[in-house]
Amino acid sequence: MTALLSIRGVEAAYGAIVALKGVDLEVNQGEIVTLIGSNGAGKSTLMMTIFGNPRARRGSIAFDGRDITALPTHEIARLRIAQSPEGRRIFPRMTVYENLQMGAELDGAAHFREDLERMLAIFPRLKERLHQRGGTMSGGEQQMLAIARALMARPRLLLLDEPSLGLAPLIAKQIFAVVADLNRREGMTVFLVEQNAYHALKLAHRGYVMVTGQITMSGTGAELLANPDVKAAYLEGGAH
Amino acid sequence: MGIEVFVQQLINGLTLGSIYGLIAIGYTMVFGIIGMVNFAHGDVFMLSAFIALIGFLVLTTILGIGSVALALFIAMLVGMVLTSLWGWSLERLAYRPLRGSFRLAPLISAIGVSIFLSNFVQLAQGARNKPTPPMMQEVIPLFERNGYLVALSYKQLIIMLVTATLLTGFWYVVKKTSLGRAQRACEQDRKMAALVGIDVDRTIALTFVLGAALAAVAGTMYLLYYGVVNFADGFIPGVKAFTAAVLGGIGSLPGAVLGGLIIGLVETMWSAVFPIEYKDVASFCILAIVLTFMPSGILGRPEVEKV
Ligand SMILES: Nc1ncnc2c1ncn2[C@@H]1O[C@H](COP(=O)(O)OP(=O)(O)O)[C@@H](O)[C@H]1O
Ligand SMILES: [Mg+2]
Repeated sequence: MTALLSIRGVEAAYGAIVALKGVDLEVNQGEIVTLIGSNGAGKSTLMMTIFGNPRARRGSIAFDGRDITALPTHEIARLRIAQSPEGRRIFPRMTVYENLQMGAELDGAAHFREDLERMLAIFPRLKERLHQRGGTMSGGEQQMLAIARALMARPRLLLLDEPSLGLAPLIAKQIFAVVADLNRREGMTVFLVEQNAYHALKLAHRGYVMVTGQITMSGTGAELLANPDVKAAYLEGGAH
Repeated sequence: MGIEVFVQQLINGLTLGSIYGLIAIGYTMVFGIIGMVNFAHGDVFMLSAFIALIGFLVLTTILGIGSVALALFIAMLVGMVLTSLWGWSLERLAYRPLRGSFRLAPLISAIGVSIFLSNFVQLAQGARNKPTPPMMQEVIPLFERNGYLVALSYKQLIIMLVTATLLTGFWYVVKKTSLGRAQRACEQDRKMAALVGIDVDRTIALTFVLGAALAAVAGTMYLLYYGVVNFADGFIPGVKAFTAAVLGGIGSLPGAVLGGLIIGLVETMWSAVFPIEYKDVASFCILAIVLTFMPSGILGRPEVEKV
């Protein structure tokens, strides 16, 4: 079986700053895979390099067996890869409803009504805010909207970049629960970047550890949780 | 100024303001999406007035179309198609290759295009004013006071109706269609727009096309109103429309229309009080004052310098 997402020897840079130095990573159909690493390790860069921005200057990225390394960003998205990016990037002067419409653009808006109902059921907070401008919402609400917007595309692969960043623990927990549920019930494939390593590794089937642009460790979530190096570097005081 | 003069100037000002508003939308949309002042936009307006003039003459004299309104309408559609093509090519050839270059590069390119266009028209059409045959002279008398007849001319009525209809349609496109949403998404966050599958390059090109098509309508209306056009007419109305966009808050569509109406009104009211030779001074003063004291305009967002 070939992996749904397969990253081979990928290098990427911002001008002279080399952020990814030969990354190998795979995400299989139906898995939750997490990538952990400290600030500045290159996690967000990898998420964006999958979308060709910045583009991999060496190595290759394949989705569902197709080489997407050189594809324009919007065409990569149209293969039904959706991302809730770092910083959420809600369209600030669009309403919650319009933001969700933007997410559904990939799906040709074919299931808009149905999917909208579903998102509002998963995130009831968004229902109250449906006609509020995205930029005026709280961080937690924006995070929910960013995830809902990504889900509106009916993605085959969902990329989440630090969905718990800056959120109250209770809301973070809620968001992880939603991800677990989508994966269990619908077989949604998820690639999750987290600094909150404990929760991420608990949730994920497999995990990778990134240090300054390179993968230094990989294994099942349980293996990494038990690993003393991981414990020392990423879990100190993080578990609760 | 008596009430009769005031009302008449109000009508004149709103007519003129409609034309400025149509041009201003092109400036504001392009600025909103790529943060660039498209200095060649005024010349697209002038070009479209020439296309309308030539189209009108061909239709009425060679093809023998009797109805002035119909001929003008067809000429306007031809103008819209041609300027749209122009807008699209301009973006592809003069601006897109410079995206990601230093900030002034596209601006310099725009000034180059502007110079090229006005000189091209001067060479092709000559430097003198080109008049249309007299058309639509009828007026609707409104009231008379102190021997002064206040009237709404057919031309003014048409210009205001066409503008209102077009703006309604345009508003609908921007607010309710997926093209409009894509456009707003690119304006707010280009990187994210691409992540949800929007073809950003195509959306930017379409923005130029829309702006050029609106300028073509404005050009036709200008020709109808003044009955004359000149190769240099891209500049002054262009700067006034740009002033309108800045006054309304550059990047804001309602702001562009509002700014256009205000500039139109200021210009006509000013001409009623001061010598008419100075009418352009008013607009330029407004531009300087707004840029200095309220750069984000009436309806603009203060953080507009983000780009
Ligand atoms: N837009 C950018 N321009 C220049 N350097 C960047 C940019 N984004 C990230 N970097 C650099 O690339 C490296 C990796 O950053 P990033 O991928 O954001 O890490 P992480 O998401 O793991 O915190 C860092 O050294 C960061 O400073
Ligand atoms: Mg990051």
